Amino acid sequence: MAKKSHVTTTVNGDEYEFLCEPGQTLVDALRNTMGLTGTKEGCSTGDCGACSVRLDGRLVCSCLVLAVEADGKSVSTIEGMANGEELHPLQRQFLELNGSQCGICTPGVLIAAQALLEKNPDPTETEIRYYLAGNLCRCTGYDKIIRSVQAAAAEMRGS
Amino acid sequence: MATILEESGFNPNQKLNIIGTNPVKQDGLDKVTGRAKFGADAFLPGMLFGKILRSPHAHANIKSIDTSAAEALPGVKSVITSADFPSIPQGTGAGDMTRNVMAVEKALYDGHPVAAVAATSEAIAKRALKLIKVDYEVLPHVIDPLDAIKPDAPILHDYMRTKGDPDAPDVPTNVTEKMITQLGDVAKGFAAADVIVEHDYDSKPMHQGYIEPQGCIADYSEDGQIELWCCTQAPFVYRDRLTAILKLDSSKINVQQSELGGGFGGKTGFYAEPLAILLSKKASRPVKMTLTRNEVFRGTGPVSGTNSRIKMGCTKDGIITAAEADLVFQTGPYTGSMYFNAPNAMFTRYDLENVHIVSREVVSNRPKVNSFRAPCVPQIVFGVEGVVDEMARKIGMDPIDFRLKNAAGDGHTAIYGDTWGPIGFIETLKAAKNCDHYKTPVKPGEGRGISSGFWFNRGGETAGSLTLAPDGTVTIVIGTADVAGSRVSIAMMAAEELGIAIDKVRVSFADTNSLGFNRVTAGSRTTYSVGMVVVNNARQVIKELCSRAAGIWGVPAESVVYEEGQVRPASSNVGDFEPMSIGDITSKTTMSHGPIAGHSEMNVTGAGPGFGVHIVDVKVDEGTGRVDCTRYTVVQDVGKSIHPLQVEGQVQGGAVQGLGWALNEEYIYNDKGCLDNASFLDYRMPVASDVPMVDTVIVEVPNPAHPFGLRGVGEVPVVPTMAAVGNAIGDAIGIRPRSLPMSPPKMLDLLEEAKGLSESERY
Repeated sequence: MAKKSHVTTTVNGDEYEFLCEPGQTLVDALRNTMGLTGTKEGCSTGDCGACSVRLDGRLVCSCLVLAVEADGKSVSTIEGMANGEELHPLQRQFLELNGSQCGICTPGVLIAAQALLEKNPDPTETEIRYYLAGNLCRCTGYDKIIRSVQAAAAEMRGS
Repeated sequence: MATILEESGFNPNQKLNIIGTNPVKQDGLDKVTGRAKFGADAFLPGMLFGKILRSPHAHANIKSIDTSAAEALPGVKSVITSADFPSIPQGTGAGDMTRNVMAVEKALYDGHPVAAVAATSEAIAKRALKLIKVDYEVLPHVIDPLDAIKPDAPILHDYMRTKGDPDAPDVPTNVTEKMITQLGDVAKGFAAADVIVEHDYDSKPMHQGYIEPQGCIADYSEDGQIELWCCTQAPFVYRDRLTAILKLDSSKINVQQSELGGGFGGKTGFYAEPLAILLSKKASRPVKMTLTRNEVFRGTGPVSGTNSRIKMGCTKDGIITAAEADLVFQTGPYTGSMYFNAPNAMFTRYDLENVHIVSREVVSNRPKVNSFRAPCVPQIVFGVEGVVDEMARKIGMDPIDFRLKNAAGDGHTAIYGDTWGPIGFIETLKAAKNCDHYKTPVKPGEGRGISSGFWFNRGGETAGSLTLAPDGTVTIVIGTADVAGSRVSIAMMAAEELGIAIDKVRVSFADTNSLGFNRVTAGSRTTYSVGMVVVNNARQVIKELCSRAAGIWGVPAESVVYEEGQVRPASSNVGDFEPMSIGDITSKTTMSHGPIAGHSEMNVTGAGPGFGVHIVDVKVDEGTGRVDCTRYTVVQDVGKSIHPLQVEGQVQGGAVQGLGWALNEEYIYNDKGCLDNASFLDYRMPVASDVPMVDTVIVEVPNPAHPFGLRGVGEVPVVPTMAAVGNAIGDAIGIRPRSLPMSPPKMLDLLEEAKGLSESERY
């Protein structure tokens, strides 16, 4: 068995330390080592986006990132999106406008949408659709996801 | 057992306070914060990880399996093969179910499980799989069902003879069943026709495409009691089928459903669950199993691919005089495709006198098909509505007017024998004709298609309870799954009936020990059937509340009434009593008279049929053959929209699933009979940038059998989709495609063919 690596990382502002095998993915470490199961694994090949997280702010599929790559870095997951009991506008609009149906894609979609709105506070419908093209949803047909993101963007711009 | 509420109490003029509004669903918060627990999100102390070894061959005898090296690997706690299952004969329901989860005599498709391992880590379990030696004798395989019905085809099962075909010779066959469905005299009908249209159509299997792979944990205790946590549309059906293949009492297995990360029919049958149970039994520890996406594609249910010939005739005035069809359905290696839905639904919505349909179900070396929204119907309607559209064009009639001319109305007797109550097909067609999309001219360079579809909607066995806490708040326990927001709709119906705020009602899932049998959550039955049960329970509770209030006041029970969440005297003659809320009564009487609860166990009937009409605009890229949908409108009768946002979301999702099926999704096999596109990258489902917003026009023709008039919603929206897209492409390029998916290579061929057509030959 390969030698394990010692990883120190920050997840949603909290420091975590763990040992991992060289091949362990970040999604596996988040879910099975740290117990943060809000990040979902739908394909393990970077095609569905359910495992989307931010690594030092960059949007990544955590199934395509090794756990050792998180060493010394900062990870943001769905569990850190709300500020205590105060939901992020994206979370609130997904609730109000039914942007989430079964909910399995929702954490990844929310993380990706948050990354989009930080880069582009006023995206067009087409820009939202292309930015979220890496996040598969099979329930909604995307209509209410796009509308929820549009509403959150408007709210965050204060318009 | 009650079959329906004796008096549904449906009142078209009832003032509704909650139904028709859009409260935030109670499971929503957990879904936007990551707290919701899906199949793979549970952990038990001492838990092992299970993995499955799958056949790399499409068709092979299993001569021997040597698991000794795997068992010797440190960390491996149990290894199972078919030898660990009870022996059940081939060709029986339980025998087929056993063999589909674990190959016995033969591996029958690429990805068929042959052994499974549980180990202290997933990595060790994977290493152990590589140490299992399976001696296969590879056999000739057959993938295409038309090849499978040829006389010299490789035979999957030597015992198989065609059911329902007394003329078939007594030799092994791949045709499982033949069914003839008929009405009137088609020869006479076609003789009366001025126009006859007849074409061949085909479709390929697609996958339900749920984003959550199957995940479960089984915990087998030494006294034989099994706890099973899993994502499922059918906890009770899983329990009872598991007891059938493991030969146990149902009371030995308790299934607790997790949140369901999509199913669409694909989680109505189990895969890893029985393996996890047997691995847990052998290891005396809990075993967790989660399928990979590759396993989901190779080993779980796609939908049935089909071949069909459809022929219809009409008069020049637009009356359909006859309809005939010959249908072939893929089922995978075992029977059970539910193909019989197709002959019962394909023409159903038109008032036809002469119909003749031959249906055959065929086994081949593909994974066993599973349900998908309106099982086996949309892929056949792709052809039916193509023929209908072409007839309308040939006689020069508007496609909606043509359908209106033949539309079934209230009191119609369907081909499967039911006589319908009030239905909304005509209203749905009229709403489509009046909607903004249909009235807006087609953009230059684009094409427009319309199509209609029908689904039976279902009822079935349903049990649930409703309990009042001493403070008067309400908890509801249900045994169905929540595939599209049914929990909030159920809470809304209870709150409406009880006249209280929805935040006083909470709905939770039962485990299978806690309620009577609930049929699978499928067929657009759940909100309808559980709604019946919940309203019945609320009425039981109201009766008891009235009785207790009357007792407190010392008046006869008949002299009080329940209104808007309160019991009050029926008139001032009864006495001067302050009305009492639910909480007033429960807090005063729970200790003296016991808790108040209602429960119902029903086999619900009376589901009202559902109809939809879809309008689609498309643009076909002549250089690449790519088809883009530029505008989409779904018009559907839902009886009554309990939670309009959920209803819209469900029909929008159905339409986009249909777009994937229409334009791209298919299983692609190589010459070895192995699946070549078992990943989301290669099996390309629609992404956000592929599709437009989907407009919805919700029609409400109430079903009076239900207290609030509702019909099922979830199946209908995928039924017309591929046909509407096909008709739109035909309108755009001049040839109506007849093969699904209508993918770029096929479109390029059609575009080339269209160049040679004269104006009169164009679609």
